[in-house]
Amino acid sequence: MRYIDEYRDGDLARKLLRQIERKVTRPWVLMEICGGQTHTIMRYGLDELLPKGVELVHGPGCPVCVTPASLLDRGIELAMRKDVILVSYGDMLRVPGTKMDLFSARARGADVRMVYSPLDALRIARANPGRKVVFLAVGFETTAPANAMSVYQASREGLNNFFLLASHVLVPPAIRALASSPDNRVQGFIAPGHVCTVVGCADYEALVTEFRLPIVVGGFEPLDLLQAILTLVTMLEEGRAEFANDYTRSVSFDGNREAQQILGEVFEVADQSWRGLGEIGQSGLRIRERYAAWDADRVFDLAPAAAEAPSACISAEILKGLKKPTDCSAFATRCVPENPLGAPMVSSEGACSAYYQYRRHNLVTLQ
Amino acid sequence: MCLAIPGKVMTIAEEAGCRMARVQFEGVTQPVSLDLLPEASEGDYVLVHVGFAISRIDEGEAAETLRALKVMGMLEGELPPQDQDGENAVRP
Repeated sequence: MRYIDEYRDGDLARKLLRQIERKVTRPWVLMEICGGQTHTIMRYGLDELLPKGVELVHGPGCPVCVTPASLLDRGIELAMRKDVILVSYGDMLRVPGTKMDLFSARARGADVRMVYSPLDALRIARANPGRKVVFLAVGFETTAPANAMSVYQASREGLNNFFLLASHVLVPPAIRALASSPDNRVQGFIAPGHVCTVVGCADYEALVTEFRLPIVVGGFEPLDLLQAILTLVTMLEEGRAEFANDYTRSVSFDGNREAQQILGEVFEVADQSWRGLGEIGQSGLRIRERYAAWDADRVFDLAPAAAEAPSACISAEILKGLKKPTDCSAFATRCVPENPLGAPMVSSEGACSAYYQYRRHNLVTLQ
Repeated sequence: MCLAIPGKVMTIAEEAGCRMARVQFEGVTQPVSLDLLPEASEGDYVLVHVGFAISRIDEGEAAETLRALKVMGMLEGELPPQDQDGENAVRP
């Protein structure tokens, strides 16, 4: 496929790796923010091919992983109502709430359906005028405009049986929280290419100035990531903290104005709780008052959040880049994709799922 | 979740007030909303995320990146070879 295959060229990848080797004189810790990037790194074994001193730690850029259990509890509570059809992205169905997941709710008779796009959620609402269709949606800035569009479209059509139950998170406040934490080890960030496709680069430039840490926007293919790593390592070795965009085929400085416009039309920035990271000020989105009629949290009278039971899951440390999945005593034993203790084992972007899929052959040496 | 796949816009049509495209991905054609990317036109390569096109792939920039990477590789060829343990570096 065009724009994929050429960025997987093994010859060029080896040459880039040697360029990186030549640059590196000291150890460096880099973080890729996005879980999609983590999966490419694991799938192609890039972390094992880099010179020993270059360590990649995996960031919190997995929306499913940072979604609070209380959102799933509210989704399950709604799904158990006879008049509700609960629709969500496939990844969300197996994420544990405080008591069960959405698949278990379905096994108990709830009408839970998987969708690929917000457009599917709208279609289900149109086809079922006698039922209430609740779209449980999560996402970073990449997905939020599409989710916003579902609300906007529902309001435009007067579709009054469609409701959004949402948890959206923003990347820059998470980078700020990580970079200002006293136990931060990260010396350079690979910024998430598709988030920047939507929002542009200005916030990331500002973060470079604020923390004196280099940030390079990276894509999702092996060559994209190696290029971003080379740029970061070059800056670090030369003592430069700068911003660079290495994913120019998709990311412009201003981003996608249309997507930003719909995002601001439907949502406003609000405080947000992140599973694993806790509450981060102004790090999420809530539905604006004028769209309250499509906001499941405002329309339905839902039970207050229950406390999470203690668990062996160390996802908090993993999402902060302090530990690797293989540091967890439950990894690949008590916690597997079919029976996950935490969200990073469920999501197709979770670091634990990436290690489980691509790195189990190393378990003996890693444990 | 932030996965976005490149595909080629084959046709564009209005459907229920929305601008919809048929986008061809490896072997399959899918309906994709152009509501977030109204400037897309037939023949463009776009990145598609959860059923919405979010960017037009800039062909000039894509070519320039590959050219820069290849130049880097050529420079590499002039330098003394390193150990070849990267033989199977990039797995499919």
